[in-house]
Amino acid sequence: MNKLLFIGIMAAGLFLSAFTTLHNGYHIGDTAADFSLKNVDGKMVSLSDYDDAKGYIVTFTCNHCPYAVMYEDRLIELHNTYAPKGYPVVAINPNDPAANAEDGFPEMQERAEQKGFPFAYLFDDGQKIYPKYGATKTPHVFLLDSNRKVKYIGAIDDSPRDADAVEVKYLEDAITALENGKNPDPATTKAIGCSIKTVK
Amino acid sequence: MVKNYITIILLLLVTTGLLAQDWERNDLTIYETFDEFEEVLHRDNDTTYLINFWATWCGPCVKELPHIEEMNDHYKNEKYQTVLVSLDFPKQIDSKLIPFLNKHNISSEVIVLLDGKSNNWIDRVDDRWSGAIPITIIYNKEKRLFLEKQFHSEKELVELIDSFINN
Repeated sequence: MNKLLFIGIMAAGLFLSAFTTLHNGYHIGDTAADFSLKNVDGKMVSLSDYDDAKGYIVTFTCNHCPYAVMYEDRLIELHNTYAPKGYPVVAINPNDPAANAEDGFPEMQERAEQKGFPFAYLFDDGQKIYPKYGATKTPHVFLLDSNRKVKYIGAIDDSPRDADAVEVKYLEDAITALENGKNPDPATTKAIGCSIKTVK
Repeated sequence: MVKNYITIILLLLVTTGLLAQDWERNDLTIYETFDEFEEVLHRDNDTTYLINFWATWCGPCVKELPHIEEMNDHYKNEKYQTVLVSLDFPKQIDSKLIPFLNKHNISSEVIVLLDGKSNNWIDRVDDRWSGAIPITIIYNKEKRLFLEKQFHSEKELVELIDSFINN
């Protein structure tokens, strides 16, 4: 009997540890942490700096990943459309430049300048913010409401490789849902992306 | 003397030609849709399969590839097969993927999955998959393992594959 109990406890322990490792980061409905990260213009930026924001398009992205690059123009367009409506894009590079030199802060400044990013492009120095959010790849979007409640997690649209083949604009649909006081459906989506690069 | 040199050069050409597999577009199995590809993940026979999702643009994938390739030799006397599933872009199959396969002497089966609507199929590969690559699936008809990680040694792989083959 004791043996059975022991096995039971072990099994429960294994189950719990598997559960916690699989479910790191935010779920829909969680309140996301604010942060203070350095922008490409050298200034520190927090979500609380955005007066009158109705929400935030927090996007983990970077320089080196081809999937991130394919979304640069679409992110610019999103910001230009939705920032005036109260939903700015806040881009964060989660990668450690020691793991990929293309994602260093000077390289971020250069890319932002080349592309004329109208949104903040922040450096997650020390790679502390992305694990809180549970970002696993670039690009990876977290749409927050004005109270920083997580409302949508995932992809920008359904066709990363070909902007002309987009059929469903997941993120824009999610913002429209928020505007109408509804919960986005789908609230989560997935896309292929580059793993976040850290030095282990 | 000159004749000898020519013989040696010819011999070298023949042996290198035999060692290096010359990849061409015809050697690749190219799937336009996930529906056509899906059976690769569920083959019901005596073989143990290692399925690796990768791309030439993915740094960690390229780094772990030599370790995965080594498995073909390690398990050459077993019912084992490596399948590399490339997520390279449609326009880079000829310009990047095929030259890469030749340059690195890739000996595994290579499949190209072109289906760009990944939200429709990521969960059908494994619902634990975030969408980041590389991932590796090891399976046979008895069991299955899903790993969203980069392998850093052959030892790591051998320990896992052994548990499929020697049980």
